[in-house]
Amino acid sequence: MVSRRLVIFGGVAAAGGLAVGYALMPYSTLDRAKGMIAKEGATPLSAWVRIGTDNSVTVIVPHSEMGQGVHTSMPMMLAEELDADWSLVRMEQAPADMAFANRALAREYLRGDMSIPSWMSGVAEFGARKVAESMNLQITGGSTAVRFTGVRGMRMAGAAARWMLIKAAAAKWGVPESEIVAKQSKLSHASGKSATYGEMAAAAAAYDPPVDVPLKAKKDYTIVGQPIARFDIPGKVDGSAKYGIDVRLPNMSYAVIAASPVFGGTLKSVDEKPATAMKGVKKVVKLPAAVAVVADNTWRAKEALAALQPQWDEGQNANVTQATIFAGKEAALAKGGLTEDHASGNVDEALKGAKSVIEATYKVPFLAHAAMEVMNCTAHFEGDKLTIWGGFQDGLGAKARAAKAAGIPIDNVTLNHTAMGGGFGRRGGTLDYLDKAVAIARQVEGPVQVVFTREEDMTQDFYRHASLAKMRAAMDDKGKVTAWLHTFTEKHDPPEAIRVNYDFANQAARYASDTNPIPWGPWRSVDHTQQGFFIETFMDELAAAAGKDPFEFRRAHLEGAPRHKAVLELAAEMANWSVAPEAGRARGIAIRDAFGTIVAQVAEVSIGADGRARVHKVWSAVDPGEVINPATFTAQIQGGAIYGLTAALYGEISIDKGRVVQQNFPDYEMVRMAEAPVHEVRFIESGARTGGAGEPGTAPIAAAVGNAIFALTKKRIRELPFMKTTLTASTATGAANG
Amino acid sequence: MITINVNGTPHQVEAEDGMPLLWVIRDVLNMTGTKYGCGVGSCGACTVLIDGAATRSCSFPAALAAGKNITTIEGLKTGDTLHKVQQAWIEAQAPQCGFCQSGQIMAAVALLKEKPQPTDAEIDAAMTNICRCGAYSQIRAAIHAAAKV
Ligand code: FES
Ligand code: FES
Repeated sequence: MVSRRLVIFGGVAAAGGLAVGYALMPYSTLDRAKGMIAKEGATPLSAWVRIGTDNSVTVIVPHSEMGQGVHTSMPMMLAEELDADWSLVRMEQAPADMAFANRALAREYLRGDMSIPSWMSGVAEFGARKVAESMNLQITGGSTAVRFTGVRGMRMAGAAARWMLIKAAAAKWGVPESEIVAKQSKLSHASGKSATYGEMAAAAAAYDPPVDVPLKAKKDYTIVGQPIARFDIPGKVDGSAKYGIDVRLPNMSYAVIAASPVFGGTLKSVDEKPATAMKGVKKVVKLPAAVAVVADNTWRAKEALAALQPQWDEGQNANVTQATIFAGKEAALAKGGLTEDHASGNVDEALKGAKSVIEATYKVPFLAHAAMEVMNCTAHFEGDKLTIWGGFQDGLGAKARAAKAAGIPIDNVTLNHTAMGGGFGRRGGTLDYLDKAVAIARQVEGPVQVVFTREEDMTQDFYRHASLAKMRAAMDDKGKVTAWLHTFTEKHDPPEAIRVNYDFANQAARYASDTNPIPWGPWRSVDHTQQGFFIETFMDELAAAAGKDPFEFRRAHLEGAPRHKAVLELAAEMANWSVAPEAGRARGIAIRDAFGTIVAQVAEVSIGADGRARVHKVWSAVDPGEVINPATFTAQIQGGAIYGLTAALYGEISIDKGRVVQQNFPDYEMVRMAEAPVHEVRFIESGARTGGAGEPGTAPIAAAVGNAIFALTKKRIRELPFMKTTLTASTATGAANG
Repeated sequence: MITINVNGTPHQVEAEDGMPLLWVIRDVLNMTGTKYGCGVGSCGACTVLIDGAATRSCSFPAALAAGKNITTIEGLKTGDTLHKVQQAWIEAQAPQCGFCQSGQIMAAVALLKEKPQPTDAEIDAAMTNICRCGAYSQIRAAIHAAAKV
């Protein structure tokens, strides 16, 4: 049901025609939004459509495109309800304006349907967690776009606009509304009367849309569910798409920056001369914890920066190493007094009374995002006005952050969105690169583009945290889990990442926070990346201990979770689980429920001559409730799995002397074409609430691969990445399922 | 001053010793379709064609490119007509974030010139560019599709 607090409204668009928006907003904001409807170039609503007198349909999307297809899937949802002719539909990204705050997300929060992840609080500067009135969000992350803006906003706006058009046509033609057919951007009546949406748009603008608009039944969909070509792709094959690093402005300088390599360190001093003596160098900028060189091109800035020998005050963290960090985690878990995340039954009693207890300890390292486009931001001060160019997962949050960094009112900041060369969480709330650009721009005439080298990007990230888990469980003699105790360090988001969907009578998850100085940031699928590995590897260990097939063992524990069970069964069916793979290969299975989407994956691996696992095939069964665009969804699941596979096989950021050891791709290896598995994806559209696409594919892959490695080698690897363990295929077992 | 020919146009540019071709293309000529990803020859985002050969321009001194024919992503079209590889990329909906794709496309163009009907193994060997979004399946499909044109 649609809440009465929702506001749908329409009016005359700037160039004539109809404009309809939909938002959950206080009336004060509504007035401001209404006032801006007629302004050229400013159409500020959280979900919005403009129907031009030329019959064009422009959908304004408040989220950023980072390759997940949101700039196409949101217009699809709107166009479906509008019954628009898809060939007339265009997309525009909303400006970073308060009126575009992601109220749909706020509403989910108010309903208690989701929690606002803690990492968002960094961007919600206005009143911290008091989201309702104040949330300054245009978040693209946590798979929120389609789930919230799309479902709650786009569909309603499309349906409302269609309703207004029908109203106008009925009045004009003197026929009942129910007799009007709206289809393919055209209105018609049995009498032969017809008009395009564009022709009726101006008249429709006179009507106030209803509070509740009926939405279409899924069976009537013609756009949603189709593999529609993305709007952003043509610009990405001819070099014309402009990313943040591609911004070129008259009189622009380029700055390359080096922050204190030790986390928490500060700049003591730097002799500027070696840099300023170099060709093209304009300036050396000193910041409290960084030094930057400004030059007339990136190369010269980079070379001049390399010529400097900054002296750092390394602060308190200069002795931090990987070993001290893990020792801290061990100590935090050993100390007791853990925080209880959730519990049911009495796990401690059940473990005490058990004949035997199975235990395992798992370990994962820090991970960098390594988005293909390094962090960068272009900033320009003109008096007390600031203009920003860059790629941000949350434009409004970025704008607020820039205003804060500059110490100026938010209305003095203009933010220009660019394409994003990957985000994966890095371009959300962790906006150090924006702060740095603002600070440098303060000291530079004209616009300046601040660029992290790849080395800076890798060593000054906000990392997926290293984590340690100790798991304990007991089973009855039928192989039913009677107790499940999951203890671990480092809890972030989302809450469901710690949950299992298996019916364990007695279970609990408890965690400790250890204090280490390595900055944390959300990394594609967030806590699922490590929890998926812990939970689904341990589940496999239990299956092995019980002498059961890992698929059957999981299935036997999913009686109370029919959606999960169906997904697991589909994955097994796709992989032909019951038939052993070719000799020298084995399969592993894992399942996760991440961001509202359930994914079960089967991975088929062999061991190469180099002693490393090679993943040949992956099968993913996915239940996201509903699929808006199967082509982009499939690509997201596949890409998400590659992201997780890179981490599982190779990913490790290690710490020595308080700083990151790995510098660039040669020492932070990536899965490339030759290692990319053939990956088949199939969907179950269960009709449950729409789930995310970008993150779920990442969650189960490490466990699926590790479980396959176990099936093949009988070696259980409990520490990521897998490449740290040299493997040999146990040829004696040959092909196996695991 | 050196003269480099980019997409058929000669440009007089100032490039000190050791300045990689990538930065001349991006920051001097302001042709930003060619990307910086690592600067050390590892990721392939900066791939251009030099006399037809796929070359990682971040690790290729501009001075050595003098007098050679350089093709960047912007130069693949003929008039308004996309190169068959670009067309195949659209049909396969290969790009996700798109940042690696200029380099991927240039590498694929070079591959198809050398091996008009590449096998999967040949694609694996030639296409060593990183795609952090993991669009490898679509890229592979696009190369096979372009090979058929
Ligand atoms: S930027 Fe040249 S190979 Fe990475
Ligand atoms: S499409 Fe994003 S890196 Fe390849």
